[in-house]
Amino acid sequence: MSTATKTPQPIVNVYSAGRLPRFTPIMVLAGSFLLSSIAFALIAAASPDGEFNLVAVLVVTAVLYTIITYVGSRLVEGPRRAADRLVTTLVVGAFLIAMLPLVSLVITVISQGSGRIDLDFFTLSMRNVLGEGGGAAHAIIGTLMMTGVATLISVPIGLMTSIYLVEYGRGRLAQAITFLVDVMTGIPSIVAGLFAFALFELLLGPGTRVGLSGAIALTVLMLPVVVRSSEEILRLVPNELREASYALGVPKWLTILKVVVPTSIAGISTGVMLSIARVIGETAPLLIAAGFSNNFNFSLTDGRMQSLPVYVYYSYISQGTDFAPYIERAWAGALTLIAIVMALNLIARLIARIFAPKLGR
Amino acid sequence: MSSPVANRRRTAQRPGDRIFSSSALIAGSLILAILAAVAGFLLLEGIPGVTADPETVSIFEEGVDFTGFVIPLIFGTLWAAFLALVMALPLAIGIALFISHYAPRALAAGLGYIIDLLAAVPSVVFGLWGANVLAPAIQPSYTWLAENLGWIPLFAGPASGTGRTILTAAIVLAVMVLPIITAITREVFLQTPRLYEEAALALGATRWEMIRTVVLPFGRPGIVSGAMLGLGRALGETMAVAMVLSASGVITFDVISSVNPSTIAANVALRFPEAYGINVNVLIATGLILFAITLVVNSIARYIVNRRKDFSGAN
Repeated sequence: MSTATKTPQPIVNVYSAGRLPRFTPIMVLAGSFLLSSIAFALIAAASPDGEFNLVAVLVVTAVLYTIITYVGSRLVEGPRRAADRLVTTLVVGAFLIAMLPLVSLVITVISQGSGRIDLDFFTLSMRNVLGEGGGAAHAIIGTLMMTGVATLISVPIGLMTSIYLVEYGRGRLAQAITFLVDVMTGIPSIVAGLFAFALFELLLGPGTRVGLSGAIALTVLMLPVVVRSSEEILRLVPNELREASYALGVPKWLTILKVVVPTSIAGISTGVMLSIARVIGETAPLLIAAGFSNNFNFSLTDGRMQSLPVYVYYSYISQGTDFAPYIERAWAGALTLIAIVMALNLIARLIARIFAPKLGR
Repeated sequence: MSSPVANRRRTAQRPGDRIFSSSALIAGSLILAILAAVAGFLLLEGIPGVTADPETVSIFEEGVDFTGFVIPLIFGTLWAAFLALVMALPLAIGIALFISHYAPRALAAGLGYIIDLLAAVPSVVFGLWGANVLAPAIQPSYTWLAENLGWIPLFAGPASGTGRTILTAAIVLAVMVLPIITAITREVFLQTPRLYEEAALALGATRWEMIRTVVLPFGRPGIVSGAMLGLGRALGETMAVAMVLSASGVITFDVISSVNPSTIAANVALRFPEAYGINVNVLIATGLILFAITLVVNSIARYIVNRRKDFSGAN
């Protein structure tokens, strides 16, 4: 008897029931964009200046999309899926928001800075330059010299320290060094500059500002990065290699020099490159310790030395009455600086990729 | 014929070994020496600044002594770093989740690299961008905030006409610490045991419920230490604040007006090139205070990181 009461029912797909179709988010996004564009086009048409505000359109689109998706999903799919969709929107939004400053910065630096990227900029100093012209050659040379000396000091010390920590260090001293390297990573760059300044003031008399002092400040910042990265790489060297070497009767120091370090040389040079990239853009310590100058200075121990970051800063804060050329030089310096840092990063990653140790698995 | 014992003794005393191990030891001890020197020289040069007669220090205003000079700076340093952290932390967690759990696998590494690029931009470039691009662009919204939300003490106004306020500086700082916090949180989110995640999903959890119940609790120490390391960076950041902020040594919670507290680091950078005599010692003493503050913050962060040895912020 019960069969008689059965009425034909629509076939329900249990896997898609109560779910929004896959294309919903895109449709909602397009819909909200359309809606807010129309709204702001009307506002633009009605307002006297008649400007179409693209930023506001995007903001309203994002808000509309978030609300519609959440409400729609809550009605159709229930609160749990709605919360899931809301978080997905927020997480993707967080990433897009973080992209804004990066994109804006890169576009501004390239568009503003490329105007002064010419031969003069890389061959002239700022000696006797008021207003237009001049260049940053003295600053580039100063940056290269100070960073170079800092690298020469911190790479051997840093590498030996990491060898000590990985190969020799046991007990309290190694623990203390590990902890202090971490502490050193956190030293504010300006404090490093103040330290170098205080050191040279006590050694060479008040107000001493020389290139070497800047190099010492950079060393304090660079050393912990070198130690950290080399330590991590040295720990990756398989113990079997060391044991094989010992088994052949090779002394420990030769094992380190001929087996451990060559195996990890690519990683070490990557770390060194990245640490150079980190300190080459430091402004505050060089401003404090090496001062600024408009002239070429090829001596690290005599007189103030200009560097590229300080050049950018100084061009910005000491604009004359005719400020356009100063701002142009500041942006050009910023572009050069970013190009150098990016090139160092790229080279570091290339080295890491090409010479990566082949740890067979 | 020598006994094996004698042989072993001879191998232990190879001159090459001794030279090499002692030079490694010296290099390691040099780190201790450098750090001691940093603290020592700053103390030597800084203490005269603290004990100096306020009358002789020309950068102090009338009737202000060292404490009165440094307290607004400490306030400004902490306030700017706090604002930066409040903005950067949720964003960084979102980005880390996006890279570790939302983005397509093939894209994730590339996206992480793009965020790391932010860390490679020198601070002076951020300062230039903040002062010339961000401040003018954001100024209209400060006017709006002062007009419409002026009853909140934070937005009391009157709004700065240039946009070079502590909120702008904090936004620049937030952008600068974002990659640091993201790197550490991403690292620890990726270490969440696969089986836990799959178990949560198998019990019917949505992706957000899986993240809330598995990934976030697992990653909490990473989030905390990432935030602390970001805080340490924000406290010590100099150029971006020095170039963006127009400061006037006051204590105020108003974030959009033209009257802003300065930070220790920015104050040193702005005044040091022209400082002379005892002023230099005063500025070095403020630097010492900054060193102490960041030391405490970083040590706490390291303590939290070291309780979980698997990840470290320094790489």
